Amino acid sequence: MENEATRDRTVDDGEIAKFAAMAEEWWDPDGKFRPLHRLNPVRLEFLRDRIADRFGRDTRADRPLAGLTVLDVGCGGGLLCEPMARLGAAVTGIDAGAGNVEIARAHAEAMGLSIDYRFAAAADLSAAGRTFDVVLNMEVIEHVADRDAFLCDCARLVRPGGLMFLATLNRTPKAYLLAIVGAEYVLRWLPRGTHAWRRFVRPSEMAASLRRAGMTMTELAGIVYDPPKDGWKLAPHDLDVNYMAVAAKPGQD
Amino acid sequence: MAQNGALPPETRAADVAIVGGGMVGMTLACALAGAGVRVAVIDRERAAAQAAPAYDGRASAIAHASAQALKGIGIWPLLEPHASPIADIRVADGHPMRGVSPLFLHYDHRDVGAAPFGYIVENRHIRAALGAFAAGLSGLTLLAPAEVTELSRDSHRAEVRLADGGTVGAGLVVAADGRFSRVRKQAGIAATDLRYRQTSIVCTVRHERAHNGVAVELFLPGGPFAMLPMTEDRCNVVWTERADLAPAYLALGDDAFLDELRRRFGDWLGAIELTGPRFSYPLGVLHAERYTDLRLALVGDAAHAIHPIAGQGLNLGLRDVAALAELIVDSHRLGLDPAGPQVLERYARWRRFDTMLLTAVTDGLNRLFSNDIGPLRLARDLGLAGVNRLPPLKRFLMRHAMGTVGDLPRLVRGEAL
Repeated sequence: MENEATRDRTVDDGEIAKFAAMAEEWWDPDGKFRPLHRLNPVRLEFLRDRIADRFGRDTRADRPLAGLTVLDVGCGGGLLCEPMARLGAAVTGIDAGAGNVEIARAHAEAMGLSIDYRFAAAADLSAAGRTFDVVLNMEVIEHVADRDAFLCDCARLVRPGGLMFLATLNRTPKAYLLAIVGAEYVLRWLPRGTHAWRRFVRPSEMAASLRRAGMTMTELAGIVYDPPKDGWKLAPHDLDVNYMAVAAKPGQD
Repeated sequence: MAQNGALPPETRAADVAIVGGGMVGMTLACALAGAGVRVAVIDRERAAAQAAPAYDGRASAIAHASAQALKGIGIWPLLEPHASPIADIRVADGHPMRGVSPLFLHYDHRDVGAAPFGYIVENRHIRAALGAFAAGLSGLTLLAPAEVTELSRDSHRAEVRLADGGTVGAGLVVAADGRFSRVRKQAGIAATDLRYRQTSIVCTVRHERAHNGVAVELFLPGGPFAMLPMTEDRCNVVWTERADLAPAYLALGDDAFLDELRRRFGDWLGAIELTGPRFSYPLGVLHAERYTDLRLALVGDAAHAIHPIAGQGLNLGLRDVAALAELIVDSHRLGLDPAGPQVLERYARWRRFDTMLLTAVTDGLNRLFSNDIGPLRLARDLGLAGVNRLPPLKRFLMRHAMGTVGDLPRLVRGEAL
């Protein structure tokens, strides 16, 4: 099970190959993944603050997430796993691209971080009965073939009382213009073909899928580009393009 | 704070390694360690040597904004007993033979609020306070005396190798090693380095009458002559003179030197006497072509040294510290790499404009005032008087002197990190 992931029905082969080809570039802050590096601070602040709220942690403490288990589904090169590990969490990262997992593993080792990376799908871990305090599901659902089945697998990985975070792109004309025409063709922030607009997810669709998976959406927040800082910022009411969601699993702590 | 005695070569790890434990480097170290970032400071000199009276005879103007930052870090209570507030700044054109021009510019702090413009503090007191504050921080390791022999940086980490064979591994290296920064040179960062044909003569005088917090800057043909109010009825004199004439003044006996001082000083403070040795410093302006490189940031004089005409050199360095400390601490609390673009790119962009502006303004002021050309003299006298009659321009210049213009770091706004 460690390295032999069973290809499950929710993972699309063409999509996996695309990201494995880009794996080498993950950690270059000015390379192809520059937008993700720029997006990281605002996403991490959101994750850290919501996790601290839920589990009663002080964000100014040393290693505020110590003792919590975090799973990053579709971890890529480990851009979220490494900061989460530095904040003290015990982190597992899974990805359906074997190249990504290798890159992430090598990078964490070079940075002196201990992270459990696996070439696996969410279904593999849920079949093994694993659960986590926090499951991160960032920029993944717009790439999966069967969203409901995938979210059911992910929800099973959240322990009762735990949280799942999601980030995706809304299926609006504005998202088509900004995320595909703008980011892939005009600004070339992302390689062409990174996204398929028909797979973008409306917040209402996400809420319904989560409900069917036994989770309750508790918050939605938009993220918009902030030109003066060449960075991104939270925009609680602008869900038109990039947005994040928090979902809670009912039950005991 | 941990300090090394005669320890065997050691491999140490820190989040940030600071090369240079002077005023700027130590302030940054205190700000970071106080907010939970592990810091190692490497300095060539023994810590106690820097606080000795003979090491540095200068005093620094701590602008209002810098005092705010020092309050935010927690160092200010140690400095306050040694800080003399500046309530009033008087700027005038003068000539040693003709006396002070009647047209002068008068800045009164009450025009912009209740706080003084800033404070004059002797550098040795600043160094001693930083040392005492650092001693109470568990996340701060001071390696001194220690010599850096090699610095290697790659996409994963930086490593500083020391002459004793020890190493310090860190995510980010900060060069705070002054205007002749070896780290800057080693990193291949070029710098524009201009020498003024001027030397700064610095000494401290005790005077008969109280200065009442008035700082005076006279524009004399050889360069600006400043009298900065200190504690205990003393003034720090910063006398900028033509480099070819300065050695003769420095070689004078105490009585003859005091006579030269009196001719410039005037008699408004009554009788004066020297309280210590005279120091001299060559003047120049330096500006690094970049403030950052792979896993490296430059702060203070290593990035920029400006003319002391406006008393802004240390303040500029402390504003670097306030900005860089905020970016590193925010990044640390998100678990991000201290050398990521969210720190280094933003630092460079944030600081560059402020620094270029002050470099140009101080250089221009010095060129305008350090001469004795008749028409120019009249023009600048009228200019000073003109500024005096334009309250909005005057308020802007005063707020600039206080350091409260622009997009301010949290520390400068008086908030904690």
